[in-house]
Amino acid sequence: MLDPIQIDLKKSSTASRREKKGQYLTFFCIGISVLIIVALIFFITYKGLLLFLKDKVSPLSFLSGVRWDPNNDKFGALSMMIGSITVTILAVLLAFPFSFGTAIFISEIKSSKSKKYLRLAIEMLIGIPAVVYGFVGISVIVPLLRSTMGGTGFGLLSGAIILAIMILPTISTLCVDALKGVPEAYRYTSRALGATQWQTLHKVVLPIARPQVAVAILFGMSQAFGEAVAIQMVIGNATLIPTHLMSPAATLTSVITIGMGDSVRGSVENDALWSLALLLLLISLLFNLIAHFAMRKRT
Amino acid sequence: MNNKFKPQIADKIFKIVLYIIVFLVVLLLCGLLGYIMLGGIPYISWHFLTSSSDYIYAGGGIGIQLFNSIYLTVITLLISLPLSFGAGIWLAEYAPNNWMTDLIRNSLEVLSSLPSIVIGLFGFLLFVIKFRLGFSILAGGLTLAFFNLPLLTRSTENAIQNISDNQMFAGLALGVSRWEVVKNIIVPEAFPEIITGIILSTGRILGETAALIYTAGQSASIVDFSNWNPLSITSPLCPLRPAETVAVHIWKINTEGTVPDSGKISAGSAAVLLSMVLFFDLIARYSINKKNKRN
Repeated sequence: MLDPIQIDLKKSSTASRREKKGQYLTFFCIGISVLIIVALIFFITYKGLLLFLKDKVSPLSFLSGVRWDPNNDKFGALSMMIGSITVTILAVLLAFPFSFGTAIFISEIKSSKSKKYLRLAIEMLIGIPAVVYGFVGISVIVPLLRSTMGGTGFGLLSGAIILAIMILPTISTLCVDALKGVPEAYRYTSRALGATQWQTLHKVVLPIARPQVAVAILFGMSQAFGEAVAIQMVIGNATLIPTHLMSPAATLTSVITIGMGDSVRGSVENDALWSLALLLLLISLLFNLIAHFAMRKRT
Repeated sequence: MNNKFKPQIADKIFKIVLYIIVFLVVLLLCGLLGYIMLGGIPYISWHFLTSSSDYIYAGGGIGIQLFNSIYLTVITLLISLPLSFGAGIWLAEYAPNNWMTDLIRNSLEVLSSLPSIVIGLFGFLLFVIKFRLGFSILAGGLTLAFFNLPLLTRSTENAIQNISDNQMFAGLALGVSRWEVVKNIIVPEAFPEIITGIILSTGRILGETAALIYTAGQSASIVDFSNWNPLSITSPLCPLRPAETVAVHIWKINTEGTVPDSGKISAGSAAVLLSMVLFFDLIARYSINKKNKRN
């Protein structure tokens, strides 16, 4: 039997009760955030597998089939995969020299006062909505390509150019961070030994910054791969394997963007679109995983 | 490789190439901003900003879409702010240093790096189909809140971590609970920085398209601006009506192409959208700069 003083001492104080309340409240918030991501992966995986489990389409024919013709029960995702991958690689190839050059200018050329404004402008580019890029693509890039290269103008190259402009600021800001991560003392040492700025960059700074630059490229690729609206507006949306730069193509995202509204819920076509979404989700997660390990390796 | 050249010559070439690249990037930037703003401003008028859109005849405006964009942004922030606030406080103050915290951080990282169309599809599946909300402002707002959560959580966490630990120590020494120190001292001090994070995310919400096409829908239902009862379906405040935003409107008229003057409308809308986004961006930047100068 406890006496009243003991009971009073064993009771938790007001402060600790409030503390508990705060702890539970904030943990509830973070719990919901985690629940959302778990539910997202679960739901899309479930819907994406219906095509194989309910409609008995073989996963192999889905992944390796070339023809996407829902009216004749042909659900091959290969042409879209090729479209997505090609346009992503082209975009990175186009964007990288410019982003990297800009990053070097911002981080290495010390004398320039204009670099502050350049950085500001690059960061503002990030904020331009995707649909505005798509509109610029339709009204500037497509007509330009049509008059110079022939064809309709809608196609791989237009898509790659628009994506390149969109990922330019992403890659370049991450490259700036990569280059700034190299200690200044290394540059001083190299310059003191008589190396030119180019030699310093090429032989000293770049080898150290390389893994981070690779991560920057990876983030750019992941952004390009997942972009839906802008690419759908300019790529021409033909589910064929593209044969040349100007041929119209389709990406995973563009087919989902158009198809989801047109197909009947519960139909095989609709299930196939969810399988495409699952494929997109898995590839995005893969990008994330690689970037994660690349970053961890450095630290 | 460069042994053939004298190092000084290689350095000169490097600098010339660098300046050419930067010149081209600046040209691109100015061209892009100039094209969107100068190309769109001639079409912006009071009529364009306030009248309702037309899908068949020329001369439609973006009045309803503009209202939808702003209303949807407000709804999204109302949903995501409390959650990300709590989540940010937990990560900054309570998170134990173990595998579970790592897992939580990583899943937030994953959520922020997913393509917005995937988040849109999830919102479509969960809210539009499962919860039977239909294409509606509420479904769109909830989906955008998911999209917005990781970003806001991180900015809240950073803002709180930037506050000196001494505040916490002083509070704890006085016998005040950690929660009360956070609530009454740390959060008010971190507030300006948290606001900056909110403003930055506002720009992102305003411009989002892919996540909204299948959640908030692609049609701007006629609303009656004299009816402010949120329960009525024709009221602009009704959260269950489909709501096409300015960004989705640009996408729609460019892909469906039934409007004869879609070029003009999209040019005008793009300029309106971009000026709103840049406006929020500049405010955020201004407040960051002001804070840096003060410190």
